[in-house]
Amino acid sequence: MKTLLFQTLSKRNRLLILGVGLVLLAVYLIPIWSISISAPQYPEGLGMHIWINQITGATPYDLKNINLLNHYIGMQEIVSESIPELLFMPYVLGYLIFGAFVTELYPKVGMAILGIINLIFVGLVGLSDFWRWEYNYGHNLNPEAPIIIEGMAYQPPLLGCKVMLNITACSYPSYGGMILGLSLVVLVYILWDENRRKKSNVV
Amino acid sequence: MLKKSNLILVTLGISLFAFVPNCKKGAATATLASDAASRVYVAPGEKDEVYAFLSGGFSGQMSVYGIPSARLFKIIPVFSVFPENGYGFDEETKDMLKTTHGYVPWDDSHHVEASMTDGKQDGRWVFLNANNTPRLARIDLKSFETKEILEIPNTAGNHASPFATENTEYLMAATRFSVPIPQASVAVDSFSKGGFKGTISMVKVDKNTGRLSIELQVLVPGFDYDLSRCGKKKSHDWCFFSSYNSEQAHKMLEVGASKKDKDFILAFNWVRAKECKDQGKAYNFGGEYVNNFREENKPAVSTKLSGVKMLNPKDCPGMMYYMPTPKSPHGTDVDSTGEYIVGGGKLASVIPVHSFSKMIEVKDKKEHHSTEIEGIPVLKYESTLAGEVQKPCLGPLHTEFDGQGYAYTSCFVSSEVVKWKLGTWEVVQHLPAYYSVGHLSIVGGSSTEPYGKYLIAMNKITKDRYLPVGMELPQSAQLYDISSGKAELLSDFPTVGEPHYSQMIPAKLLMDKTAKLYPLEENKHPYATKNENEARIVRLGSTIHIYMTAIRSHFKPDIIEARTGETLYFHVTNLEQDYDIPHGFAIGGAPNMTNLLIMPGETRTFKWVAPKPGVYPFYCTDFCSALHQEMQQYIRVSP
Repeated sequence: MKTLLFQTLSKRNRLLILGVGLVLLAVYLIPIWSISISAPQYPEGLGMHIWINQITGATPYDLKNINLLNHYIGMQEIVSESIPELLFMPYVLGYLIFGAFVTELYPKVGMAILGIINLIFVGLVGLSDFWRWEYNYGHNLNPEAPIIIEGMAYQPPLLGCKVMLNITACSYPSYGGMILGLSLVVLVYILWDENRRKKSNVV
Repeated sequence: MLKKSNLILVTLGISLFAFVPNCKKGAATATLASDAASRVYVAPGEKDEVYAFLSGGFSGQMSVYGIPSARLFKIIPVFSVFPENGYGFDEETKDMLKTTHGYVPWDDSHHVEASMTDGKQDGRWVFLNANNTPRLARIDLKSFETKEILEIPNTAGNHASPFATENTEYLMAATRFSVPIPQASVAVDSFSKGGFKGTISMVKVDKNTGRLSIELQVLVPGFDYDLSRCGKKKSHDWCFFSSYNSEQAHKMLEVGASKKDKDFILAFNWVRAKECKDQGKAYNFGGEYVNNFREENKPAVSTKLSGVKMLNPKDCPGMMYYMPTPKSPHGTDVDSTGEYIVGGGKLASVIPVHSFSKMIEVKDKKEHHSTEIEGIPVLKYESTLAGEVQKPCLGPLHTEFDGQGYAYTSCFVSSEVVKWKLGTWEVVQHLPAYYSVGHLSIVGGSSTEPYGKYLIAMNKITKDRYLPVGMELPQSAQLYDISSGKAELLSDFPTVGEPHYSQMIPAKLLMDKTAKLYPLEENKHPYATKNENEARIVRLGSTIHIYMTAIRSHFKPDIIEARTGETLYFHVTNLEQDYDIPHGFAIGGAPNMTNLLIMPGETRTFKWVAPKPGVYPFYCTDFCSALHQEMQQYIRVSP
């Protein structure tokens, strides 16, 4: 095990790690997650993008219109400023990218494993935080809302689609999320590849 | 023998039965294409192929239909007030209807013109004339709203208007009722002694903004100028005006103006006219007029202007020629190649076609002139004639072209559309119209590239076509498919007002460009309130300005206090930024003001003088949301 941890990465795997670091930079520029909603009165749909540092509508006016819809059920207004996670998420991403570049200087399999652990940790914390965030928005409703339906909560799905009243909400990773997922896959592949290399060396 | 007569009786009986149901349907179905229903059917959620813009006639408005379904989409108020959305009433739009005669909230609108670039429809604007109080309007095809109205001075009856040159450089506007110019109280019988005149106005269209201005007027003999069409391609520099009453009769025109065998089509070289103006041959002439302009989401600005440049034909040789045309011509229509000018002599028994090339060839050769009227040479009829369509119908009026070498002429008296071939002048088809057809329209038919699939005929009489609704029946339009060799009637539909003229534009040219909302951040209205926190009430003596916001499903501020006699201005901004969510605003019992419809991101102002003490409700009139009915509040008026 120890030999694997300190085994130097192959030239190709080093390049892959560099690629992961560079591709992760794109996550600053594209949304990580998207929630889309459709309803009979919104045939063109409405959409919301979650970025590393902000929440926006899919069009310049979608977020405003989602909030307008939500006000009937007493959901608090969704604005980037009310989500503190968005303040430090860019640094977390920076840490991951930094890790990829450090690995270039110190190209050991252990660093790739650290990367995998980091990505899984960030992913799990991120998803549970996202769930908690959805839970709060969906459950903490204004008791004076115009529309109150006994026992009804409006928590969007973590992944997949869900029908709430006449609205279908779908939640899926966006390009940024896919890049994060792909980074994890690449790192796992590198680990598998290095392990195989080690075994063939032994033989 | 017996057997034979029985047979005849039986045959008679059968044919009687066979005809009875047909008789009941009147003239309806005989010529209808067999699969017409499916060809005009637009399934739920599907879109029409074509926008049809129909003038509103005596309604002063313009209506927008979808073709082939013939569904009415919208009425665009242009020269008439419109209580549905407050046009002509509120502080933003009331100045649109200002004229030198004061506030004129109605007109008689005859002709729609579509803007063109290189002779092809460009989908930017449509223009509409006001015949009664001479005006010309520009309607923007992004918002489908009237943006500008220009009054035309020194004219009466702005009928031959607004016909555009090939690149919409200019719109032409000519006098229908010749009058003393400048206006004066003179004996009406001085008409026949040359005391009455007409004018042709060149209205410049700014190619970027569309802003209208009067470039030049030309003083022409006192005939009645009726319709116009401008040339294209080789005839680009020219516009053609039909005229009637060249007899200059002033009593019983019905008889007096129908005496001569030929009246005239006036050929007008507008490029030459501009040249003469630039050479200083035009002189300063009086005339007061008003220009009303409404910039996007701002109150209209009404500007009073005075004086125009006037040009006399004798001071600008080569600018104008009269082409004799039988008899009381209405239409003067230029085909898509720019070569043929087709006259529609409403009392004529032929359809005369002038050749542009021939005209150019002979126009300055004395042997082809028969006489001269007030400095305008009159060419000989045969000299410019390309051909005549013989015995086409009764009362030919207006001709449109399909771009395939065929022309379609409406015939008022015989209630039909005749299809004939350019060049051979043969009639190839008679299409019945129900009834008394005025004008025609083919998609892009007046451009250099007609799309040529549909033709509509705008009819004057609808006896027996629809369920009777009292004495005033709807006018009607009929839709024909002209895409194949044989034109076919597809449907007819009742219309708003009495449409005289139409422009049809392919949907794909417009539908993706239409505006969905006014972006709030671009709202430059001086009384805009861009978010609820800025909603407020400002008192200035006995005037109260209420900076109000409207959003689903409330107004802010919601309770207003005033005293009897105070003037309240409700500046309502619709904060929505969602497609198709206007809010309405109306106050119970408000005199002199109607409803407002405020588009998303728009600001409009409702003026109200506080009446006797009481509590007055105001509310949203356009169903906006589940809580629309709750979108209401009160104004308390104290003594």
